Amino acid sequence: MSPTVDFTYTDEQLELRGVLRKYLAAHSPESVVRELMDSAGGYDRAQWKDLADQLGLQGLLVPEEYGGLGLGATELGVVMEELGAHLACLPFLSTSVLATTVLLSADGEAAAAWLPGIVAGEVTATVAVTEGRGAWDPAAITTEAVPACGGRYLVTGVKTFVPDGHTADLVLVAARSGGELLLLAVEADTPGLSRHPHSTMDQTRRFATLEFGGAPATPIGGDAAKALDRAHHVALAALSAEQVGGAQRCLDMAVEYAKNRFQFGRPIGSFQAIKHKCADLLILIEAARAASAFALWSADADAEGLPLAAAMAKVTCSEAFFRAAADNIQIHGGIGFTWEHPAHLYFKRAKSSELLWGDPALHRERISRLLELTV
Amino acid sequence: MSQPRIDEDEARSLARALVADLPPARTPVRDFLAAQFDRGLAWINHPPGHGGLGADVRLQAAVNHVIKEAGGPDAFEINPIGHGMCAPTLVVWGTEEQKRRHLRPLFTGEEIWCQLFSEPGAGSDVAGLAARARRDGAEWVADGQKVWTTMAHRSSWGLLIARTDPDAVKHQGLTAFLLDMSAPGVEVRPLYQLTGEAEFNEVFLDGVRIPDAARLGRVGDGWKVVLTTLMNERVSIGGVIPPRGSGPIARLVERYRELARTDPATARLHTGAVADLWVRAEVLRLANIRLSQLRTGDTPGPEGSISKIIAADLNKDVYSELVTLMGAEGLLYESYDKVRPVLAMEYSTPQKAFLRSRANSIEGGTSEVMKNVLAERVLGLPGDPRADKDVPWRDIPRS
Repeated sequence: MSPTVDFTYTDEQLELRGVLRKYLAAHSPESVVRELMDSAGGYDRAQWKDLADQLGLQGLLVPEEYGGLGLGATELGVVMEELGAHLACLPFLSTSVLATTVLLSADGEAAAAWLPGIVAGEVTATVAVTEGRGAWDPAAITTEAVPACGGRYLVTGVKTFVPDGHTADLVLVAARSGGELLLLAVEADTPGLSRHPHSTMDQTRRFATLEFGGAPATPIGGDAAKALDRAHHVALAALSAEQVGGAQRCLDMAVEYAKNRFQFGRPIGSFQAIKHKCADLLILIEAARAASAFALWSADADAEGLPLAAAMAKVTCSEAFFRAAADNIQIHGGIGFTWEHPAHLYFKRAKSSELLWGDPALHRERISRLLELTV
Repeated sequence: MSQPRIDEDEARSLARALVADLPPARTPVRDFLAAQFDRGLAWINHPPGHGGLGADVRLQAAVNHVIKEAGGPDAFEINPIGHGMCAPTLVVWGTEEQKRRHLRPLFTGEEIWCQLFSEPGAGSDVAGLAARARRDGAEWVADGQKVWTTMAHRSSWGLLIARTDPDAVKHQGLTAFLLDMSAPGVEVRPLYQLTGEAEFNEVFLDGVRIPDAARLGRVGDGWKVVLTTLMNERVSIGGVIPPRGSGPIARLVERYRELARTDPATARLHTGAVADLWVRAEVLRLANIRLSQLRTGDTPGPEGSISKIIAADLNKDVYSELVTLMGAEGLLYESYDKVRPVLAMEYSTPQKAFLRSRANSIEGGTSEVMKNVLAERVLGLPGDPRADKDVPWRDIPRS
């Protein structure tokens, strides 16, 4: 029997939310988000460093021995929710969730080499897994690692849709050596690695194609398949919390507008057509909160149940966020379709998050397999 | 105000002592429930002497769990309306004498209860109800018709809301009463629903005399009483937390697996739909756990409506898919012989459950009205313009 799920928040967790909310209101208002959307890198290195200095969030999941905060997935959820609400342009999901989770599964040497820099906000990192059309499928990896001298390897292959791949200082690349799957550390300025940023529909989340042409790489040890599996599911759980944060912000915007926009002599929020749309979103978001919190709780407390919980969260939160972002535009009417209004930023983030690491249809299929419903 | 005087471990050990002292297998149901009440484990949040210990309402789940594990009786199943709705209302609004008189036999199932709110002309708009109670000395005289009354045919008592002042605006002219269902002038008739069963009743009141001592709350406070009851109804309909994959979704998955063995090609066409419903059921279950863990006060807030709305849609969709999976067999129906089920909402066949589920988004508040409540009370959106605002009840247009 799995342990009992706990959905309550401690005072410390609530305080973390409050502190981060205040920080993001000051440092990541819409004006800053729009500035960073237009920048080449997509984030501000000085702001990333400042976040580490002020709040140390980069080390949220990192144990204290590496200088981190040593907190759990529930705190991760709190942070992701706030980042999602503000559309904060930070390489957090890539560096502090994906790469950090992978490094925590690696051998002590790799962890000791990279985690302190990540915690300090001096190093950003990402994980290069996906190839071709971008499916997270370690079994289909064709990128090759060929042994070279000194325990190092030369990596050759093309990784697509690597989050923050064009700016990360450290790339943890998944490659095959013979039949064995390996995770290897490649520094960004290594000769043999060329990086091509994509022009993305959601300008607040960047991806790049990374071409490895015999790039020298150091294996980070540990069981790569297991590490990738865990990173995938922790990242899905984290993403689901970000989706909840974005969805809630969309609902808040829609409700605020519906209260203050008058047509036919009444606030449009007094029409049931609008009111029920808002209530439907509240219902969807409440379900999404439960699904997301359960996935996060599972990440810490029920490793065996995590894949199912993460898939459920991906399905539920993707649909809630997309609907919230889409209805937010509809409720705003004409103004919601303009560039100047922030509604489209959330809409683009919602679609981008829905498609990232598998759409709901793919995750439903995974759920069918996990429940042994597949015929 | 209830204060958390005992913790979960203590609640659990009190429940263990109860099942040890009165082993469920050898104890008559009523004796067991009487002891459960006397030890304050009936509604643990109620004050001592009224079936509780003044403890945190959430501890009741731990108590119920111990009793269920030990094979003990479930007071809710025996007297669902009384246990889930009338008791929480009585404990808030009743006089000491009323609580002493009614709560114990209600809990033991000696006296079954029903609630007399809805009328043919007052469905979603319960506050517009027309049943009258006129004062006559130390008594009241009630006339009118109630409908959709679960358990009325087996009830000793009914929680009645009647209009005592037709000249007041509609919410202010109502008063609550504890109605003796055996009083002269009370007539209960079965109401057959589209399943062919009569789970519900119509109750006709014709010159029924009610002593003023059976009034619940002050004259004119009837609507406040109704709100207490309805908020608890929403929780008891929408808020039950079953184990993962149990209940209607278990029936669907079982039928699907059977189809996968006998007709895999057809089953394959439904895999996505079944998985989707499974996820929705599981997420609702998690949302219910979450809401119950985050709930603070004893009276549930309007958030309870969220679970109810989700549960209604889910249940309708699950049973619709279940009948679909049956293929042509889904065309059949066991019997439309008019019967009265012993337990409300008891499962018999997929087809009957499918038909019954249509009411889920109507009973206990339509999903549409609940969305208004959520939008206005939780989100703070403005109310609809109302034709009945500030109008004496007798001047409100009605069908």
